[in-house]
Amino acid sequence: MSQVVMDAPSGPVQGIAAVNDFVVKFANVNGSGSASANTLFGKAILRMGVPVAPRNIFPSNIQGLPTWYEVRVSEAGHLGARGGVDLMVAMNPQTWDQDVKSILPGGYLFYDSTRPMPESKFRPDIVRLGMPLTELTNRAYTDTRQRQLFKNIVYVGALSALLDIEPKVIESLFSEQFRGKDALIAPNVAALHMGRDYALAHLPCPIGLRVRRADAVGDRISIDGNAAAALGAVYGGATVAAWYPITPSSSLAEAFGRYCHRFRIDQETGRHKFAIVQAEDELASIGMVIGAAWNGARAFTATSGPGISLMQEFFGLAYFAEIPAVVFDVQRAGPSTGMPTRTQQCDVLACAYASHGDTKHILLFPEDPQECFTMGAQAFDLADRLQTPVFVLLDLDIGMNERLCAPFAWDDSRRMDRGKVMTAAELEAGKDFGRYLDVDGDGIPYRTYPGTHPTRGAFFTRGTSKDRYARYTEEGPAYQDNMERLLKKHATARTLVPAPITQPAAQPTRLGVIYYGSTSPAMAEANTLLADQGVPIDLLRVRGFPFHDDVAAFLDAHDRVFVVEQNRDAQLRTLLVNELDADPKKLVRILHYDGTPITARFIAGAIAAAAGATK
Amino acid sequence: MTYLPKPKLAHPALGKNALGFTRRDYEGAISTLCAGCGHDSISAAIVRACFELDLPPHRIAKLSGIGCSSKTPTYFLGASHGFNSVHGRMPSVLTGANLANRDLIYLGVSGDGDSASIGIGQFAHAMRRSINMVYIVENNGVYGLTKGQFSATSDKGAKSKRGVVNADEAIDMVGMALQLGATFVARSFSGDKAQLVPLIEAAILHQGAAFIDCISPCVAFNNHEGSTKSYDFVREHNEAVNYLDLIEGRAPIAVDYAPGTVETVQQHDGTWLRLRKLADDYDVHDRVAAMDYMHRRHAEGEIVTGLLYVDPEPRDLHQHLNSVETPFNALDEAALVPGAAALEKINAGLR
Repeated sequence: MSQVVMDAPSGPVQGIAAVNDFVVKFANVNGSGSASANTLFGKAILRMGVPVAPRNIFPSNIQGLPTWYEVRVSEAGHLGARGGVDLMVAMNPQTWDQDVKSILPGGYLFYDSTRPMPESKFRPDIVRLGMPLTELTNRAYTDTRQRQLFKNIVYVGALSALLDIEPKVIESLFSEQFRGKDALIAPNVAALHMGRDYALAHLPCPIGLRVRRADAVGDRISIDGNAAAALGAVYGGATVAAWYPITPSSSLAEAFGRYCHRFRIDQETGRHKFAIVQAEDELASIGMVIGAAWNGARAFTATSGPGISLMQEFFGLAYFAEIPAVVFDVQRAGPSTGMPTRTQQCDVLACAYASHGDTKHILLFPEDPQECFTMGAQAFDLADRLQTPVFVLLDLDIGMNERLCAPFAWDDSRRMDRGKVMTAAELEAGKDFGRYLDVDGDGIPYRTYPGTHPTRGAFFTRGTSKDRYARYTEEGPAYQDNMERLLKKHATARTLVPAPITQPAAQPTRLGVIYYGSTSPAMAEANTLLADQGVPIDLLRVRGFPFHDDVAAFLDAHDRVFVVEQNRDAQLRTLLVNELDADPKKLVRILHYDGTPITARFIAGAIAAAAGATK
Repeated sequence: MTYLPKPKLAHPALGKNALGFTRRDYEGAISTLCAGCGHDSISAAIVRACFELDLPPHRIAKLSGIGCSSKTPTYFLGASHGFNSVHGRMPSVLTGANLANRDLIYLGVSGDGDSASIGIGQFAHAMRRSINMVYIVENNGVYGLTKGQFSATSDKGAKSKRGVVNADEAIDMVGMALQLGATFVARSFSGDKAQLVPLIEAAILHQGAAFIDCISPCVAFNNHEGSTKSYDFVREHNEAVNYLDLIEGRAPIAVDYAPGTVETVQQHDGTWLRLRKLADDYDVHDRVAAMDYMHRRHAEGEIVTGLLYVDPEPRDLHQHLNSVETPFNALDEAALVPGAAALEKINAGLR
């Protein structure tokens, strides 16, 4: 990549030159209204046909603390975090030092130059783009809030000039955003041009980083994983949602409410074909889900790590009494309250073996909003089919950031799989009903919904041990018989959960990588970086637990397998060792767990180093 | 201990209800509780109430938590689905079940440990949400299944079997239910079937959150001198404010009591409650006065029983949620899945 020479007070700096492939990071104060301006910036680039991946990095706070918004621009379609910053929009004095430090050599610093800054606050190897934002907005607006909000639009205007973003695209976004509130369009357009005009007159526009119109977005859509999962729940036939507010999952339950109001109100009566209960805590949430599912409705909760901890006893009940439940766990950094607004994949083991006693649960790992939707719907089929809790493991990175993904698709001929439910007619015909009887040899028994038949099919659901006909027993053999059947059922699940996706290297290799969930886009980019460095690796993305047979085969086929995860303790690796008897020596931990999304450069660097060390 | 099958033999002379069921059809497995346990009397009262109301047993769902009281659903309504859930969490499970199918009758059975200690939060919120249910606390003031520890409803100053005096203030579940918005609140005594059976019947017919705190002495651990939940103590201190007769689908019959001692209440479903008033100054429709009355009598060491509060026009959670008449568990793809065309529109809006 070439470089352009830019003037700086410290002398000429080789500015990074890149078209449609760079990272812009905005440093703001939360509560300042910057989020919508930053979203606008990303959307404008997307509308120019260039894929972007925005990431909101925010504190557990409403007003006054630092927040960042990182926009990855990548015509090649890399949607993971890359690592490094090419252009910093430094709007937060609190974080100035660390923000300036994070810029790559030759990168750009856009800042408010209203107040003079000492030279020591800058770096000699970056390009300075100072603009008196406060002065401009103070002159143009009298209202304090307006000054603040329009300042954000003014800097977007300046950036559009600096990066060669078409102003018409931003103007049309204003028209869409303020449809019905048309009076707001003109002032926003004015602010945009105020910023543009200043930048064009006073700054070296355009800089080395450019946006050039392309056709690389295609028919893809942009949505956050929480909303996509909620939509999946609507399509999956969920009628009962019980939840307790917790970052970063709250927007999932709220999105479910919005979609239900759009799609689930009876046209004739205006009445609701859904119930959403904000429960008193996570225990009540999962209790309601289990009660509803026991009674034949499709039900889910959305939560995060602390909620998962609180729900443990109920997970054991649902596992042992065999009641469907769908749990969307939008993971955040733990343990305890941890970092509530930072991302991690740290609940894998807590979910896989949730509850006391011997339990194993079903896990799904969506990689992006598209899979949040498909797995969100599929989770209800799996829960009903397997009569057990199903955990859909999102994380904050996928859940709360808009991500470009394949459009949603639905087959109208698809029917809900309600699993083995004995009907009144079957009971009437005298079919033998044993609630915990393995009739088909797959470990999955039949159930009945309460109220089905006047005299047949009733049973007592309990968390205590029972025999095949649901009768209480503490007889050892009956208990073991039941526990073994549950294992058999879990083995059946292996064939029902989504199979892993493999991607072989261009040439034969004995090196493999296993990864899952939100690591996916960064891994894809890391893979190209590694290929460029002459490190060919085969990839396998785990999408479900229990592990599909292909996972074991992949482990067998490779001498070393890097397991890439966003937690400290290599939780998926533990699961691989524990469940597949994988040789721990050949499973290499690649761990990123500082709470920021894993980056392509980190993965590539760590794998290259580990591969070099083990060659 | 194993499941005990109970012989299903009915004496030919045993009466049948309108559905052709005998009382035996409403019974469950043989109780494994201690002989003389108050809880068994409550089970018998539930059996009788359901029989007398001609309820199809399979249309009742019985749910409980953990503890002696929570074991009892095995001992009644054997033809109903039952759910013995997690300690203190019956209310949430019942709430979910109720959401899934609004057409069944929900009977929650719990104890003082289950509802006043570990489950006090869920108890409170289920009352707040006006779940259409009958919630019975079989209140013995003691942890029976773990052999005699005090519970949160043990009265301050009450003496345990081992002679320990309880220093903690008691939780009054009736007071809580009143404050939290239950629309039918009663207290009774397991030893007073004449009072309890009609109360359970009325609670079942009540289309909202109905709560019955039923004092139920524990013969093994809380029936000694110094206990305030023993048979003797409750009998001595019981102050019944009223007795109830339930009149189904008929106009209230002529008053044959002294003026001012009978009050009739029409319930939303058309049935009538006839209250034989024992305390002239007690107003069953005044939530605030009821709380005041209870507290004053309690201060004097009395246990007030009877129907303490009823709202004849209750609203339940489904009304608040404006849910469709069809039970959620009977809605199919056509009702629930928006389909491919709607999804295309969503896609278009996300570009």
